[in-house]
Amino acid sequence: MSTKIFKHIQSTVVPVNIENIDTDQIIPARFLKATTRDGFGNNLFRDWRFDEDDNPKRDFILNNPLYSGKILLAAKNFGCGSSREHAAWAIADYGFDAVVSSFFADIFKGNALNNGLLPVQVSDEFLAKLFAAVEADPNTQVEIDLVDQFIKISATGEMEEFEVNPYKKACMTNGYDDIDYILSNTALVEEFEQGR
Amino acid sequence: MGQTLFDKIWDAHVVSSKEGFPDILYIDTHFIHEVTSPQAFDGLRKRGLPVFRPKQTVATADHNVPTWDQHLPIKEELSRYQVDMLTKNCAEFGIELYGLGHPFQGIVHVIGPELGVTRPGCTYVCGDSHTSTHGAFGAIAFGIGTSQVEQVLATQCLLQSRPKRMKIEVNGQLQKGVGAKDIILYIISKISAAGGTGYAVEYAGDTIRSLSMEGRMTICNMSIEMGARCGLIAPDETTINYVRGREFAPKGEEWDKAVDYWKTLYSDEDAEFDSVLSFNAEDIEPMITYGTNPGMGIGVTQNVPATADVEKAEQPSYTKALNYMGLHDAQPILGKPVDYVFIGSCTNSRIEDLRQVAEFVKGKHKADNVTVWVVPGSKQVQEQAIREGLDKIFDAAGFPLREPGCSACLGMNEDKIPAGKYCVSTSNRNFEGRQGPNSRTFLASPLTAAASAITGVVTDIREFLKEEELV
Repeated sequence: MSTKIFKHIQSTVVPVNIENIDTDQIIPARFLKATTRDGFGNNLFRDWRFDEDDNPKRDFILNNPLYSGKILLAAKNFGCGSSREHAAWAIADYGFDAVVSSFFADIFKGNALNNGLLPVQVSDEFLAKLFAAVEADPNTQVEIDLVDQFIKISATGEMEEFEVNPYKKACMTNGYDDIDYILSNTALVEEFEQGR
Repeated sequence: MGQTLFDKIWDAHVVSSKEGFPDILYIDTHFIHEVTSPQAFDGLRKRGLPVFRPKQTVATADHNVPTWDQHLPIKEELSRYQVDMLTKNCAEFGIELYGLGHPFQGIVHVIGPELGVTRPGCTYVCGDSHTSTHGAFGAIAFGIGTSQVEQVLATQCLLQSRPKRMKIEVNGQLQKGVGAKDIILYIISKISAAGGTGYAVEYAGDTIRSLSMEGRMTICNMSIEMGARCGLIAPDETTINYVRGREFAPKGEEWDKAVDYWKTLYSDEDAEFDSVLSFNAEDIEPMITYGTNPGMGIGVTQNVPATADVEKAEQPSYTKALNYMGLHDAQPILGKPVDYVFIGSCTNSRIEDLRQVAEFVKGKHKADNVTVWVVPGSKQVQEQAIREGLDKIFDAAGFPLREPGCSACLGMNEDKIPAGKYCVSTSNRNFEGRQGPNSRTFLASPLTAAASAITGVVTDIREFLKEEELV
């Protein structure tokens, strides 16, 4: 079954300069009761975005009209905590195609890759440059190229290469998923079971 | 060169290993629950696939269930619907379900071990990050996302790259009143909430060896709180004695064969780890967290760190955490009034935890300002506690024994900590809003939680134990 194809994007950026953003912040547990994958974007960062009466909190970046775009920029150790894939669904459903940070939690990274949401891990220095550029000018355009594995600040040309698992890269650029791959190896799985 | 325990188990489960691809890893048992499985079953339907090995899949309902009046229908409509969906999906795909009302129902990471499903040398996955718990038996156990739940349902395999290996040794004699929960909170406070990311962590050393299976499960359970992919402990006599005779444990000749294999499961003397850390048990105080991730922990007699002592780049996040917690720089945590005490969760809801708390609170009573919830990890734990008369001790102390479920660990079911209130909790996460919107969590051991319930303020359990010795 195909997933979303990702090759190259250019977009403005939404900066959330907070470390250790856990998946309970990305999508609190009380919103995990849905039985489909849709609509989680409405509750992305719910308790940072809205007060108890569901009014938008003016000081949170997602409520700042100056900032929008397909790229979410966050400080280190993004996506730690619970394995809930709903976190990746919420970010993608809100409209982001990529998350950029200097460090990702393992399970979140895997979940994102399985949903066509690209986690881009950059150095601390480049992350600081990105925050500085975006905070100075909310219209800053950033390019992310998965095929050639680089991220670039369009105006200045400052760029950095990023790593991505070659298998997951092939999946994302072609829209394959893991189940297709394992199913193509079913004979090996059965052979393994018989050999035990 | 020798092999690590992790590599021995991994290698025994590789179906295919191909350059440039993650390994295809065979999964012995897949645990599922109501929250992270419905979309996976939907995926199977869309692909027209059956569950590949339904007999190797075990289901229970835990996250959404009420822990009081469980015999009544679940009040909250969406929770009820999600639990009903699990029942429907299990029936349709031929999966055994230990749902509400079943004698085996409980928190998925409590029932696996107590039923003898969790065993040394096996691989386990579950759509829940605390799956790392099962590693306490010398097994590989990963928390996975829903796409991977679908993958394992469809193929009984997980596509996974081999993580790096870390060894964490703890040696020496623990102080009285200090236990497994304090050890793991101490380790995470030293290496941070991201310090284990990318690693499979093996816990070793004589202090770890001296722990019961319940204690080892508490340690492995929180491996994910330092970012580790999984945690594990080599099996020994303690492990074998725990598994022996359990419902689904091997029997007769099968048992003897299994035990012979389990005895080969240890890291060879010359096995190489990518990282080795070592801690002294004597240095560990009863621990408590003060912040909004599990790495923000201190000994209970210490003060909250001053912002100036935190790395400059981390100061804004640090200030945000202290503001959320209503704490200030260099404040002592000891004596801080608490509103709730929660004893439960997949970290600390096993019979040993309840026995330890009961022994301590016997003849004492909770402080008036505190609400206490004791939530057993499973129906079997609840019944065992009642058989041992622990429920009466709890009742007399003002600690009502509730019914099994995830409860106040995650603010998803009816058990939530109200906004602004402080809870000393034996669970595993102190994230903002984890126990309910704007709730404030102090993570601690069952003994520290129980002592704080008695006094109404954050308490050093050692002071109590000293007094009791004098009497």
